[in-house]
Amino acid sequence: MARITLKSLAHSYFPQPVGPEDYAIREMEHVWEQGGAYALLGPSGCGKSTLLNIISGLLTPSEGQVLFDDRVMNELPPEERNIAQVFQFPVVYDTMTVFDNLAFPLRNVGTAEVEVHERVAEVADTLDLTALLKRKARNLSADEKQKVSMGRGLVRNDVSAILFDEPLTVIDPQLKWKLRRKLKEIHERFNITMIYVTHDQLEASTFADQIAVMYEGQVVQFGTPRELFEAPAHTFVGYFIGSPGMNFVEVAQSGSGARAGSVDLVLPSALERAIKQAHSSNLKLGIRPEFVELLSRPTADAYPIEIDNVQELGTYRIVSFLFAGVLFRARLEEDQPVPQRKAHVRFPEAWLGLYIDDFRVEVGQ
Amino acid sequence: MNKVPNNRAWFLILPMLLLVAFSAIIPLMTVVNYSVQDVFDANTRFFTGTEWFEVMLNDPALQAALLRQFAFSFTILAIEVPLGIGIALLMPKRGWQASAVLILITLPLLIPWNVVGSIWQLFTRGDIGLMGVGIRELGYAYNITRNPTDAWVTIILMDVWHWTPLIALLCYSGLRSIPDAYYQAARIDRASQWAVFRYIQLPKLTNVLVIGVLLRFMHSFMIYAEPFVLTGGGPGSSTTFLSQSLTTMAIGQQDLGPSAAFSLIYFLVILLVCWVFYTAIMNSQKDKATERGS
Repeated sequence: MARITLKSLAHSYFPQPVGPEDYAIREMEHVWEQGGAYALLGPSGCGKSTLLNIISGLLTPSEGQVLFDDRVMNELPPEERNIAQVFQFPVVYDTMTVFDNLAFPLRNVGTAEVEVHERVAEVADTLDLTALLKRKARNLSADEKQKVSMGRGLVRNDVSAILFDEPLTVIDPQLKWKLRRKLKEIHERFNITMIYVTHDQLEASTFADQIAVMYEGQVVQFGTPRELFEAPAHTFVGYFIGSPGMNFVEVAQSGSGARAGSVDLVLPSALERAIKQAHSSNLKLGIRPEFVELLSRPTADAYPIEIDNVQELGTYRIVSFLFAGVLFRARLEEDQPVPQRKAHVRFPEAWLGLYIDDFRVEVGQ
Repeated sequence: MNKVPNNRAWFLILPMLLLVAFSAIIPLMTVVNYSVQDVFDANTRFFTGTEWFEVMLNDPALQAALLRQFAFSFTILAIEVPLGIGIALLMPKRGWQASAVLILITLPLLIPWNVVGSIWQLFTRGDIGLMGVGIRELGYAYNITRNPTDAWVTIILMDVWHWTPLIALLCYSGLRSIPDAYYQAARIDRASQWAVFRYIQLPKLTNVLVIGVLLRFMHSFMIYAEPFVLTGGGPGSSTTFLSQSLTTMAIGQQDLGPSAAFSLIYFLVILLVCWVFYTAIMNSQKDKATERGS
């Protein structure tokens, strides 16, 4: 049982990294609390697996420290870290039976057979593997094998965290959902810290209480699925989470306030002030398609647009249009009316975010 | 799908039948033909039935050669397989060292059989051979033309030198194909080095080892040129293996009937051993629980 702290951690696969682009993990601070269910979400190659391997000890970070509670773990090999890891492709010991597979981590440390039987029986019961205990592991299906891999992590009672590296990649879609629920169940039952790496936002938000979104070797946001949705801390989070992704438009200061392309924006004064004070020229306003309002009549804070395309997606529609030369999307529920070609768009200020150099800036209302 | 019965489809297997006929059945049948006849010349022949087979099976010289052959094949397998696995485990995994070691290991495989025999013949000579002289200098009266034990040990050594690389290469490729995740999982499961070998590496090597053992068994069971050049089957008949007995009979004495019968027995022995070995290995991999249907 432990809290996992990453302290000014950075990792590069090059012996002499020069610029930030040489780093697979850029310097970061992070704390995973004991007993939490976390997801590490990001596109392929953003450093998720590297980070996981650093926590489990398969990789030694080039800079910074990994702490379990207050103990520095950098020098400890995975064998001594009390961490279990489940890999993308199920790893089972082919020639052993399922029982022996599950017993393997216990027998390796010389656990008494009586206790081995007890623990294996308990874990097999949790994972619905009891009927398979006598089967050779090589003859199992992919999802059964993956359950055995997980079981080997659960069977140890000294495990302080289980790391999952995209464990459901090779599992059939209908079983994915079942296994994910099983994981959730296990988390509630065993009170183990779980870190779940995935590139699938749905998987992340159904499994985790809190999600860390990684992008180019950095955790750009750490929060609940709701926070990621409502207030993405980085433009990448905006694009990556939600379907379709967030709308962004570049804005610039202008004499009276702010402009987006040739459109003069009507913005709340706090937002205008923030844009004026910004030191960067990389300014963007972002809003989720769910919060964009389409009106058929003009109002003081609405902008005229022409609707380009309406996509019917069953219970909702995606309406796309050009705003200040940028393709915007609005999501309308099926009961909301779709205006005709000419329409007006309104961006409710509560959902409008300002991004300076791609990071969100909180503006007091 | 609608199946249309059309017996002309049988004609489609004709090309295959022809090919197999020319590659296997016809040559084999000529041998079968000889094995049941006593041929004097082109016009004089007698049907003998199973007589040649009975004669061959009861020939004490051939029985001794067969036993010698088994002893030889099992000895070299017992040495080459573990040694090959060991070498493969020790070989460097990447970088120029890996390529260099691969080339060095492969070299013996590229040398023709009778050249290997000649090399070792020179190598072990008591007057000018490095190994022969070296051992004599150490005080042992090493002589492969006089001492059957010396001859045996040398032939086995020669085969191990020539063919262990094959096993090593097969195992090396087998080891390379094991995903890293297996080793990582084993570390996390706190498996010992031995457990990693026993439960990850060895099982993953089973398939290449089956091929390796079958190849080495067949090869060694047919060994001819190397011992022929090195010892000529001697001293006495202590290193006369089956193929050499067969050559003497068929080419030297022109006993076509007996040697045909002998060839067939020889062939069936190899076939039988390979089949038994292969079936045994494949059965051992099956799941006993699934067979019982539970």
